[in-house]
Amino acid sequence: MRRMASQIAERHPGEGDLALVGIRTNGIYIAQRLAKEIEAIEGLRLETGIIDVTLYRDDISRGRPHPLVKRTEIPFPVDDRKIILVDDVLFTGRTTRAALDALMDFGRPALVELAVLVDRGHRELPIRADYVGLEVSTSRDESVIVRMEEAEGADEVLLVGPGWKGES
Amino acid sequence: MEGGVVSEVAWQKGWWRKDLLSIKELSREEIQMILDTADSFKEISTRDIKKVPTLRGKTVITLFYEPSTRTRTSFEIAAKRLSADTINISVSTSSVVKGETLLDTALNLQAMEPDIIVLRHSAAGAPDMLARALKASVINAGDGFREHPTQALLDMMTVREKKGSLEGLLLAIVGDIAHSRVARSNIYGFKKMGARVRVVGPGTLIPRGIESLGVEVFHDLREGIRGADVVMALRIQRERLEGAFFPSEREYARFFGLSLDVLREMAPNALIMHPGPMNRGVEITPDVADGPGSVILEQVTNGVAVRMAVLYLLAGGTRGEDLH
Repeated sequence: MRRMASQIAERHPGEGDLALVGIRTNGIYIAQRLAKEIEAIEGLRLETGIIDVTLYRDDISRGRPHPLVKRTEIPFPVDDRKIILVDDVLFTGRTTRAALDALMDFGRPALVELAVLVDRGHRELPIRADYVGLEVSTSRDESVIVRMEEAEGADEVLLVGPGWKGES
Repeated sequence: MEGGVVSEVAWQKGWWRKDLLSIKELSREEIQMILDTADSFKEISTRDIKKVPTLRGKTVITLFYEPSTRTRTSFEIAAKRLSADTINISVSTSSVVKGETLLDTALNLQAMEPDIIVLRHSAAGAPDMLARALKASVINAGDGFREHPTQALLDMMTVREKKGSLEGLLLAIVGDIAHSRVARSNIYGFKKMGARVRVVGPGTLIPRGIESLGVEVFHDLREGIRGADVVMALRIQRERLEGAFFPSEREYARFFGLSLDVLREMAPNALIMHPGPMNRGVEITPDVADGPGSVILEQVTNGVAVRMAVLYLLAGGTRGEDLH
């Protein structure tokens, strides 16, 4: 996380127009921690926002109940800002695509970058991350679970097989 | 978030109903799910671009056999903000005037493959009949004197927003309880969410046996709203009632109209609600309708969010066969 923060700070030195937007749910916590780390380096507190991508998913209305929607909160204008989208796991890239569409509905940012804690490969869309905490090689039927202290009491990243039922 | 397993869990907790016919049939958890979803949707209406792509390619038909501006417009705006296509059919312009039955009209509409039909009809139970006959989801937008579920949901959303929770609150519904589907839906809803409910009005406008729904009955306005956290005035349908159910509009206003003077009986920071359209000077005085406790226009704003939530959840509901 610290390394990602310093990479961001290095690429955008002293830029107050930078903002971090976390993708629900873990992306929110990661964005807040990155903001804190960047503040320690640069002495500059970046604004943070939250995006819920549910309404922009491409697999909605496929004969299953719709997932519950939580609030999107971007409490600043995104026009001409530099925005870094933050998520926990980058997999197919479909969530990132949805987040980009959601973000564009709020305005026209000058630049959008992507920061992820874990890149597990298997992209289905032409999307790549600008900042990666950890690269993990996985098989497609495995799952990567990220747990954050803010939600689950401890930080951990789990790589689990297809039969996994929620035991740690 | 695209880990894999986590989104499966979120899906299992989702909404499974095909139709929204009444508040009576909903569980507390289902009501909560709609209200939480509506809270999330509210933000969309504050954006410059008030539209999300979620229901792209879905068709919503509003079929109204009774006049309505607010409810129909609200459903239409809600559907459009979710990118659904909307078609409005009202009785005066449809083949109903040529003698077609409700079921035939609905089957003909069904043949054009709509996804959701929003129905308002003067016969209680009409939406249930359509829901059984059609593959499309059916939303009850008011059936006779029975229910008006989305109105109660937007009322609950508004109160929850202002008071944090409905648990333990005291709601007083004032006016024509007997002919009010809004009252019935709100009684079911607020009771399920843990509020206490009183109904207040002249004996002629309160149905006998309403106590069986778990409400207290009052025939004196001051007594009825004493200590209330929320007071809801119902519309007096003057054209239908005057003469038969109370002597005159003026007399009704004197005994059951909400005025600043009477409202001193309520709890401090109490909310004033009205489902509209208002008869200013009859069931509510202008200074109360426009006063500090009034949330009447917020009800209308929240109506769009609630209807977006209902359309969204039903569009993901199960189409009958794989239920259970």
